[in-house]
Amino acid sequence: MYSDQKMENQMGSLLRAGVILSCLIMLAGGILYVMRHGAEHEAYSIFHGEPAALESIGGILREVRAGSARGVIQLSVLTMIATPVMRVAFAVYGFSRQRQWVFTAISLTVLLLLAFGLSERG
Amino acid sequence: MTNQLFSAAVFGGSFVAGFVGSLTGLGGGVVIVPLLTIAFGVNMRYAIGASLVSVIATSSGAAAAYVREGFSNVRIGMLLEIATSLGALIGAAVAAFVPTAGLAILLGVVLLGSVFAPAHKEDTKTPRAQEADSMGARLGLNSQYPGPHGVTSYSVRRIPLGFGMMGAAGMLSGLLGIGSGAVKVLAMDLAMGLPFKVSTTTSNFMIGVTAAASAGIYLHRGYIDPGLAMPVTLGVVAGSLLGARLLATAASGRLRILFRTVIFALGVEMIYNGWTGRL
Repeated sequence: MYSDQKMENQMGSLLRAGVILSCLIMLAGGILYVMRHGAEHEAYSIFHGEPAALESIGGILREVRAGSARGVIQLSVLTMIATPVMRVAFAVYGFSRQRQWVFTAISLTVLLLLAFGLSERG
Repeated sequence: MTNQLFSAAVFGGSFVAGFVGSLTGLGGGVVIVPLLTIAFGVNMRYAIGASLVSVIATSSGAAAAYVREGFSNVRIGMLLEIATSLGALIGAAVAAFVPTAGLAILLGVVLLGSVFAPAHKEDTKTPRAQEADSMGARLGLNSQYPGPHGVTSYSVRRIPLGFGMMGAAGMLSGLLGIGSGAVKVLAMDLAMGLPFKVSTTTSNFMIGVTAAASAGIYLHRGYIDPGLAMPVTLGVVAGSLLGARLLATAASGRLRILFRTVIFALGVEMIYNGWTGRL
């Protein structure tokens, strides 16, 4: 029998792996960023948004391929956001394996809401 | 300030927030936005974006440790995540049209409210003292947890009320870039009658999902700046990891009082700044 506790244990490991991976990417990007842009001056007092390339999934991946430090950090932000999404996707799998169809549907609803937030048009 | 110095200072401040938040059980997410706006002069919208990323990181990072204790209830969490994600999407969509002064005042009010958030509590609820709720039983939400006197069963009541409160918690999270764990715990502990330990651990799971719902919208809107999100997230994660390793002592009780005082002062400052239009 695939118990709730077993499912939660696997979810916990999944979450931890996602956070560790994201933090490592973020650290690598951060070191690169401070090395390259460390002497420049920060300007966060006035909001002017981000360059379009750092606002979309496709744009971020292009920035990473171009070797941009800010792109690498933004990639880690993406994997960080994806971590709890993976957990919900895993719940869809776990509950369907338990044949708990009400909870499979509930998890699927949450997954759809998350996908809506992540979609380009938001 | 140069990026080098700025990154180091923001990392340090976030580290302290994460450390104290995790050691006192009050959470550090709620002080990140005031820290960035008041101490570093960061625009409110950038601060919210960075805070949101750090909230996902700490919630997910702590989950593995929480799960092992066997308190969290994945079914209740998932059901209520419909409400929190929906609320978060609405909050994030509305945030763009709310002036930063309004966001600052709202955050100030939330900070003042979280001064009174319970960090730990004795569980006085007994399973029999609760009225039965057919909806909870029908959905199979009732469960058991390792209580102080062995395995204890518990039941769930007032699901619609809890669901509504969770929607509000999600909206606050989406508007302000906080985890709003205190409201989530309140909904489960007070409204739905769940044991306090079950409420706090289940809430921790939900915080990450709630924040992820609005983070996508913030990313597409350009609120998440890598140069800011990086030191904030790494700082908060490192600080809360260290805080979780230390045991609660008498000193952490005094630290909790101190931290509550700081949260109160930040709340007053945010409301004042919002009111006078300084943010």
